[in-house]
Amino acid sequence: MAKVTKEYKTISQIAGPLIFVKNTEPVGYEEMVSVRLSDGSQRRGQVLDSSDDIVVVQLFEGTTGVDLSASVRFLGESMKMPVSKDMLGRVFSGAGEPIDGGAAIVPEKELDIEGAAINPWARDNPSDFIETGISTIDGMNTLVRGQKLPIFSAAGLPHNDIALQIARQAKVTGEDEEFAVVFIAMGITNEERQTFMHEFERTGALERAVVFLNLADDPAVERIVTPRLGLTTAEYLAFELGMQVLVIMTDMTNYCEALRQVSAAREEVPGRRGYPGYMYTNLAMLYERAGRIKDTKGSITQIPILSMPGDDITHPIPDLSGYITEGQIVLSRELHRNGIYPPVNVSSSLSRLMNAGIGKGKTREDHKAVSDQLYAAYAEGKDLRGLVAIVGKDSLSDKDRKFLDFADLFEDRIVRQGHDEDRSIVETLNIAWDILTELDMDQLTRIDRKYIDKYLPKK
Amino acid sequence: MTAEQGVIYRVAGPVVTAIGISPRMYDVVHVGNEQLMGEVIKIVGDKTIIQVYEETSGIKPGEPVTNTGEPLVVELGPGLLTSVYDGIQRPLPVLRDMMGDFIFRGATAPGLDREADWEFVPVAKVGDEIFAGQVLGTVQEGPMEHKIMVPPSIAKGKIEKIADNGTYKVDDVIAVINGVDITMIQKWPVRNARPVAEKLFPDVPLITGLRVLDTMFPIAKGGAAAIPGAFGTGKTVTQQSLAKFSNADIVVYIGCGERGNEMTEVLTEFPELSDPRTGESLMKRTVLIANTSNMPVAAREASIYTGMTIAEYFRDMGYDVALMADSTSRWAEAMREISSRLEEMPGEEGYPAYLAGRLSEFYERACRARTFDGSEGSVTVIGAVSPAGGDLSEPVTQNTLRIVRVFWALDTSLRERRHFPTINWLTSYTMYGNELGKWFTANVHDDFVDNRVWAMKILQRESELQEIVQMVGSDSLPEEQKMTLEVARMIREIFLQQNAYHDIDCFCPLERQYVMLSLIRKYSDLADKAIANGVAVDRIAYLPVRTRFNQAKYEANIDDELVAVAKDMEQQFKELGV
Repeated sequence: MAKVTKEYKTISQIAGPLIFVKNTEPVGYEEMVSVRLSDGSQRRGQVLDSSDDIVVVQLFEGTTGVDLSASVRFLGESMKMPVSKDMLGRVFSGAGEPIDGGAAIVPEKELDIEGAAINPWARDNPSDFIETGISTIDGMNTLVRGQKLPIFSAAGLPHNDIALQIARQAKVTGEDEEFAVVFIAMGITNEERQTFMHEFERTGALERAVVFLNLADDPAVERIVTPRLGLTTAEYLAFELGMQVLVIMTDMTNYCEALRQVSAAREEVPGRRGYPGYMYTNLAMLYERAGRIKDTKGSITQIPILSMPGDDITHPIPDLSGYITEGQIVLSRELHRNGIYPPVNVSSSLSRLMNAGIGKGKTREDHKAVSDQLYAAYAEGKDLRGLVAIVGKDSLSDKDRKFLDFADLFEDRIVRQGHDEDRSIVETLNIAWDILTELDMDQLTRIDRKYIDKYLPKK
Repeated sequence: MTAEQGVIYRVAGPVVTAIGISPRMYDVVHVGNEQLMGEVIKIVGDKTIIQVYEETSGIKPGEPVTNTGEPLVVELGPGLLTSVYDGIQRPLPVLRDMMGDFIFRGATAPGLDREADWEFVPVAKVGDEIFAGQVLGTVQEGPMEHKIMVPPSIAKGKIEKIADNGTYKVDDVIAVINGVDITMIQKWPVRNARPVAEKLFPDVPLITGLRVLDTMFPIAKGGAAAIPGAFGTGKTVTQQSLAKFSNADIVVYIGCGERGNEMTEVLTEFPELSDPRTGESLMKRTVLIANTSNMPVAAREASIYTGMTIAEYFRDMGYDVALMADSTSRWAEAMREISSRLEEMPGEEGYPAYLAGRLSEFYERACRARTFDGSEGSVTVIGAVSPAGGDLSEPVTQNTLRIVRVFWALDTSLRERRHFPTINWLTSYTMYGNELGKWFTANVHDDFVDNRVWAMKILQRESELQEIVQMVGSDSLPEEQKMTLEVARMIREIFLQQNAYHDIDCFCPLERQYVMLSLIRKYSDLADKAIANGVAVDRIAYLPVRTRFNQAKYEANIDDELVAVAKDMEQQFKELGV
């Protein structure tokens, strides 16, 4: 690190978070940069574009106060993150500095924060159930180790409560599995920070967690680095120490805004809604760091949380995320208004890897059939609600009325649960069978006869 | 051509500018001290702009650049099947052995294993007059007979030497033609289509085992289909089902900018599943190209061409090849990303103006053809499209639809009610209906096409009636219209819905598809008679046989079960007085 490098005082232009330096010796792409301001303070940055004529540097802490006389040093290496097992239970800033007043971390290793792509050949199939204790996830959109399953939320919805509940309750099966949570906050408010920290401390969840906090008033550019620091830590815990790591990232929307800001400062050709054309790849570089590796014990499971601007699921941020992640948990404002927590809209939610993680020996043999049936019946009931609004309940057939009642029952018994209610998968499935008794037998078209005989409670 | 040396002038992401070389467009160059592979994509005066297939972090101006003077090629020959490659045909298992679980840059490995032994059996003999594409001999590769052909570079000639029966490695000389040594490896530039003797009209269906596709919207061997759908609608599941069960001889599956875990799924599942026709492991007929979304974007751009060239090579042996490209949108985005780095004038939504041209060039490589050897082969292309926001008016979908003749539209609202596959029967279409209709009539049943027309009519009628029901409720409909809704429901639930994960239901042979739809039609006919006799729809709709019919497709003895359903049906309608 303590390499002697030249200092340049040749900044020619400053724009947004970028500085342009000329007359340098050859500088490596993505090399780290240190900038000393006239008042003696230091800023860090990274090379975005390097040519013989000019080098473009992005400053992580912004360019406020930087002038043309600032001096620039190129550090000759890419950004590294010091990692150690002692990071568990600690809180770091968005730039990776400890902010909990504890001792500095003695690194066991320094890792490149960009990471590297897992060789698809080396990946192991995610197939182990993670129990979150939330029925709509475990029962209907099961999370498995190595999956990335985002929560699509929106302003004013309780996604943070759900994130905390998952962080607290999540468990893996298997006796000697070590479980850890890496919590990455990007652009959260000071109030949110206090809630998170208070909850982590109150429930003792901090003990098994590493927390990174980039606050709303921290420089936007730092937000681009924060998740990379967190994921590098997660990779170390998972693939070098063999832990089962759950990474919660909130709020991805703030991350994408930061990307757009930097892209605009670089005067790049914008893609949809001004977001850069490479946002898909950029998000993939984060999300694809989830996974399992053959012959390796650990795993990284991700729950990124994003708020959909204007509740619009087709907005580029949820849209591109949905194309990369393996499903999504969508929150519903309607359910929230009806006082249902967690307000998970199961119809538009999905877990692509669910089938691999459920069934005999994992959850229970009837799991798939039951959840398919719940989906179908709930969809039918929801359709009828629209109809009832027009023609009234009286003009429904007997069969339709049962579906209508089922939808209400489903929201009340399966979706609704307490903030501290930790439901096991068996409890969830039993509630499901209980409400299925409200339908006629011959409407249970998705379930094999043998499960009906075995599990359907006799009325 | 001698290698030419230059230096790097500028590095910005995957795009590197070099000076001091004068290459041709799309020549392969090696960049930097680590000699990373790249391709020339633009030449401006003395500056050469290169897309690099690997991460460029740490690369500096002033580092060396070498021009190979050759375009990007793939290696074709024995050993392709069961292989798993990245976008530029580097075998991923070999990379793992070299570098461990993560992909770091700078590694190279040949596409074909140089150490593997192959049993070569000559077909041609010394003195034969031969021409490009003709078979020199064969090699047994798993269940497939891999034909060693005269490379296209030798138009005509006389065999001066040919190897005897025996074990050879891919780079051993197996023949000498016109004084040129021929090995089992052919190299072909990926961006050029391989030639064929004659393109034929596609009039034989690719059987997929999916009822909604085979019966309702069939595709021809050598045709091209697009599967657009918002995320979560099951593009990948459909692609994988096709890769598993379609009656192609060879499957080339390109995971282009998609999820790593999906590749893993293919890699875990395929070796365990067996080809319904040969009984051999599915992996043995598959070539997998995995360039996931976090792997270098330039290699993603190349992956589509790499896969297509491999598919064409097998077509030239006279095989039917199915090429799955998942997803062409990621490929288009890779083009957009590189185009924007080049600061080109953007077209619609930031995509380069040449997007439409590239897409049509790619889809036009699908064809059924007579090979130079006189046999018939085909490449059927099934391209997934991931429209931004699920909006089909976006440029990639629109430009694709102008070329392909089959459109399988995936629908989010079907997914929400767990109707799988989520192929919307009202918006999807096939333009091979007439040509393939003849085949179905001749090979399955006279009524096959008639049944399809009948079912489509019911489904269309249902959608009209649904609008009325939305306004006034189903109770106010006349009895026969209520029955139409019930029959449509049967078509949807029994016939169109199919469980890709169910042992029995995942694959439905054509004959059974015909029987199932005929049974629903019979039910409908009997119901019409019953209604004419004054029986209430509620009684008809709740006949016990319906439950049995619903369940039948999941039973191990499904065909017997369908016979039993037919019998029950007649009996129960008889009790209603029909």
